[in-house]
Amino acid sequence: MSSLETAPNIAGPDDFYAELLAAHEGLSKAESDALNARLVLLLANHVGDREVLCAALAAARAATPPPR
Amino acid sequence: MNKVFERALYPYRRSADQDAAAPVRHPVIVVGAGPVGLAAAIDLAQRDVPVVVLDDNDKVSFGSRAICFAKRTLEILDRLGCGDAAVETGVTWNLGKVFFGERRVFEFNLLPEDGHKRPAFINLQQYYLEQFMVERAHELTAAGKPLELRGRNRVTQVTPCGDHVALDIETPEGSYALEADWLVACDGAGSPIRAMMGLDFVGKVFEDNFLIADVKMQADFPAERWFWFDPPFNRGQSALLHKQPDDVWRIDLQLGWDIDREREKQPERVIPRIREMLGADVEFELDWVSIYTFQCRRMDRFRHGRVIFAGDAAHQVSPFGARGANSGVQDTDNLCWKLAAVLNGSAPARLIDSYDAERVQAADENILNSTRSTEFITPKSEISRIFRDAVLDLAEAHPFARPLVNSGRLSMPCAHDPSPLSGPDAPGMPARTRPGAPAVDAPLGNGWLMDALDGGFQLLGIDADIPQDVAHDGVAVSTLRLSTADNPALRERYLGEAESAGYLLRPDQHVAARWHNHDAQAVGAAIDRALGK
Repeated sequence: MSSLETAPNIAGPDDFYAELLAAHEGLSKAESDALNARLVLLLANHVGDREVLCAALAAARAATPPPR
Repeated sequence: MNKVFERALYPYRRSADQDAAAPVRHPVIVVGAGPVGLAAAIDLAQRDVPVVVLDDNDKVSFGSRAICFAKRTLEILDRLGCGDAAVETGVTWNLGKVFFGERRVFEFNLLPEDGHKRPAFINLQQYYLEQFMVERAHELTAAGKPLELRGRNRVTQVTPCGDHVALDIETPEGSYALEADWLVACDGAGSPIRAMMGLDFVGKVFEDNFLIADVKMQADFPAERWFWFDPPFNRGQSALLHKQPDDVWRIDLQLGWDIDREREKQPERVIPRIREMLGADVEFELDWVSIYTFQCRRMDRFRHGRVIFAGDAAHQVSPFGARGANSGVQDTDNLCWKLAAVLNGSAPARLIDSYDAERVQAADENILNSTRSTEFITPKSEISRIFRDAVLDLAEAHPFARPLVNSGRLSMPCAHDPSPLSGPDAPGMPARTRPGAPAVDAPLGNGWLMDALDGGFQLLGIDADIPQDVAHDGVAVSTLRLSTADNPALRERYLGEAESAGYLLRPDQHVAARWHNHDAQAVGAAIDRALGK
């Protein structure tokens, strides 16, 4: 049984972050939202494991900040 | 327009019951002569249960309405003696194409598994099916089976009376009263029986209108299901094109919520829309137009004492996935053998509660599937639409996204698990034929397994030694000895890792229990359990 990896797992975190932002460069808000959705779907399929996906959904949801 | 709409297929005739001094009691009265009521009546009559069908009309329903009939329904129609007529007239299709905007994003093939008598689906106008079923009902009546179809008999009052139900009925020649041991309400989504009993229910109304049109054309479109998301001819909405017999095509256009329904139905609005969809050079004729909204809902319980609800009267779904008429016919498949067993004394009345348990499970499955399709086809929030469009944008290049595209998950039969009627399972055997699931067809010599099932309890011995005759407590059980050497598909569908198997089938062809080897005592216990004892 695999679990959601939440310890650092990306080599070159600054480079990855820059690439993530670069992928959105020049896009409108709507285009960026669409790109994010496609990215989520691609990565979710790569993970595949429903348990890990559920844990990721829960972790993402849990990090929702309180209304400011 | 097809002339079948105009013909009275079961015209009003005076019944002796109308002149009786006291209300005549019938074992079963079915209200409604749509596909669901007719399936119930035919099934009961074939089981020698006297049945009277009351319908406020005397013709088949107007317009094509339900058009997509699934394999399991065709197998039931085979058992009811109308399968050949339906399949011979219907259009068999396997290929579906999905478009997003101007692009064709992918196509799918239903790829039906080999070795089944019936295809995955046929398209057939509901009026054809009703016509075949009425003809079958007449044929049974002529052969002496106890089936009476009473046209223009409208139920005006229903009174549950403990061990029976009393009915007041209006006819062209005045009113009369009847009693029924059991009343089966198959009177549709607006069920007057349900309303008269104060059992009306609220459901989730989907805030959308759909234009449904039957178009007659001799066009060069193949027998495929074409589905558009956000097409150029219906921006922001969806559309469906599907072939029916007689060069009639079903077109379904989502219109949105804030529209003028009367105006949208007018030919001067409809024809330009369709012309834009089909192309300017395609000649067509408008056969039938309707605008509908839909709800997903079900009654809390389908059995209320001696009144039983089936089909749209009991549950409603969105049209995506062809789960309305299909599930209604499957309701009657589940119910009728149980009614017959209770009426002939081989089962206690509580067997009917298992109809409620099993078909509520099926209705929930259908509602879940059709609600999910609806959410994909008509996203209800901004983020829902963003993800929907992302799936469609990825589907063209990336196969992984295609199974996420949901333009309707087409009707599959419900495997009843857990079911109060199911007996033991045995390890190592295929999941698809587990207890609660419907039997899976397979070639048998030059014929088919489904055709070898006789509508009663049946014991299948597959590479197993089973006795010629099995009777249990007065219940007749026929036996069928089969060999995987002669019929190899049986191994994959019924044995799995087992070397031999005994299957007990219920009269509705669902698996009651299965074992590796025959054990007379275990079979007896499984029959008792399947009869609700």
